[in-house]
Amino acid sequence: MKQIFGRPAGLTDVLQRYCPGCGHGIVHRIIGELLVKLEIRERTVGIAPVGCSVFADEYFNCDMIQPPHGRGPAVSTGIKRSRPDCIVFSYQGDGDLAAIGTAEIVHAAARNENITVIFINNAIFGMTGGQLAPTTLPGMKSTTSVQGRDIKKQGYPIKVCELLAGLDGPYFLERTAVNTPKNIIKTEKALRHAFKNQIENKGFSLIEILSMCPTNWGMTPVQSKKWIEETMIPYFPLGEYQNRAKEEK
Amino acid sequence: MAEKKLMYGNHAIVEGVLAAGCRFFAGYPITPQNEIPEYMSIRMNEIGGAFIQTESEIAAINMLFGAAAAGKRAMTSSSSPGISLMQEGISYIAGADIPVLVVNVVRGGPGLGNIAPAQSDYYQATRGGGHGDYFTITLAPNSAQELYEFPKLAFELAEKYRNPALILADGLLGQMMEAVEFTGEPVDPNKLPEPPYALSGCQGRERRVVRSYDLKPGKLEELNFQRQKKYEQILKEEQRSETVACDDANLIIVAYGTCARVCSAAVKMAREKGLKVGLLRPISLWPFPNDVLADLSKQTQDFLVVEMNLGQMVDDVRLATDCRKKIHFHGRPGGGVPTPPEIYKKIKTILGGS
Repeated sequence: MKQIFGRPAGLTDVLQRYCPGCGHGIVHRIIGELLVKLEIRERTVGIAPVGCSVFADEYFNCDMIQPPHGRGPAVSTGIKRSRPDCIVFSYQGDGDLAAIGTAEIVHAAARNENITVIFINNAIFGMTGGQLAPTTLPGMKSTTSVQGRDIKKQGYPIKVCELLAGLDGPYFLERTAVNTPKNIIKTEKALRHAFKNQIENKGFSLIEILSMCPTNWGMTPVQSKKWIEETMIPYFPLGEYQNRAKEEK
Repeated sequence: MAEKKLMYGNHAIVEGVLAAGCRFFAGYPITPQNEIPEYMSIRMNEIGGAFIQTESEIAAINMLFGAAAAGKRAMTSSSSPGISLMQEGISYIAGADIPVLVVNVVRGGPGLGNIAPAQSDYYQATRGGGHGDYFTITLAPNSAQELYEFPKLAFELAEKYRNPALILADGLLGQMMEAVEFTGEPVDPNKLPEPPYALSGCQGRERRVVRSYDLKPGKLEELNFQRQKKYEQILKEEQRSETVACDDANLIIVAYGTCARVCSAAVKMAREKGLKVGLLRPISLWPFPNDVLADLSKQTQDFLVVEMNLGQMVDDVRLATDCRKKIHFHGRPGGGVPTPPEIYKKIKTILGGS
């Protein structure tokens, strides 16, 4: 029988420890495929965050490093500046990138550092058990906002693409989602673009990906996909937020 | 003879780092070490290296983590409050067994403190500094010449043992001008071999992973025990110190860095008055020169530890002498610098002489 589907060579042959319905696996697969399709796997160094995807250093079939919480963009800068021929990607969650690592991502973007950032926004702290994240929606329940996020006490969510689009530095910013096949295809396209920008030495690209967390949202996988469509996307609109290629034309 | 130049201690570090083949610097401005990044930015531009002025010391140490994990010699410099911010990163780097060089031009503390020279980061430097069980190789220069020479030594030790290395200077050494002889052949960074852990893309080899965590039951304990063996080897083989007039001494001063310079003048004054006083200058603060101290404690009953702090290294002197000797202490915290007459007075009090 002819095999028509299998694990891409950009992923290692190990069991991934993500919950059923989690979006990380989808994004991992897209990246794993792109490493092969773009023929960059053998010159890529990936950065795993702290959070659910800390184990990404076991999952991507390329050189990997696991730095302190939120410092992926700084570590990426160190690698890229000392090995400019390497393709460097930083894979980060919303606690990692938008809470503890806010300074590092803002400055890497402002420097237009020639790296690719994959930012998983699931509006919650997953690994630690569902605490309030900088991206938790107003009124959304978490283990540290059991009555729902109270904007008077806990403030507003951080919209990372909009925030970074206020800077002149970053080359490419786009928000996508992985809740439907259509959105997954768009995510693949955005990530391909983000890696290509780096290959062509264009500079900093960040793809923010709205992703399901059924376990900590207290929903089924199907409900989670629907919740992204109906609740998350209206607050975090999808689309390009910066594309300097258009300015260059 | 090698070229000789009058230069600031902070500039001597830069030349030493470049002569060691390091082409990666990341750092954040803080007094009294600003001459290092300023001069480094000019020199890196001249010779084609990476210079990054970062958004924080946290970013700086993590850029080092990346550059060093990529297999390159990488360094940062800062002063006390900035070094505190780097401790998380240093812990991760130690936990991932990656060599880097961190220079601390120590200033008065705690808190924002002041910008005067101090030695109050001794505990932090010699006890790991951040969380977890680890040590950093720590060298204490006492001249512009040593500020030039020690970066190469620090990189070699850091790479030999795959461990972070620190150079502990202070504001006075950094700001002082002295003659520096550019000894030794400069290292060509292109001729340095790629280390076995280097992240460079997995072409033609197995992929590599640099990490400081391991959640498999028992595995982290095992890794810590492995690291302990490394530390024991460093303690055994890398103690460095200098002794002055210790052979017949019945009082030995123990002091490092700037304090050692001050105390050597005090020893000279004492010797001129016929007082038998010697000086032990620890050069490696970790590993502490325990063996030399143990030897000296066989012949000498009194030790005077002089530090620009409330008394930190004095603990190591007590440990090295098994607490069996009389350990006197003279300390100047918060940016105070002792003078030779001040130390001479203390010597006279201890020896009860004229």
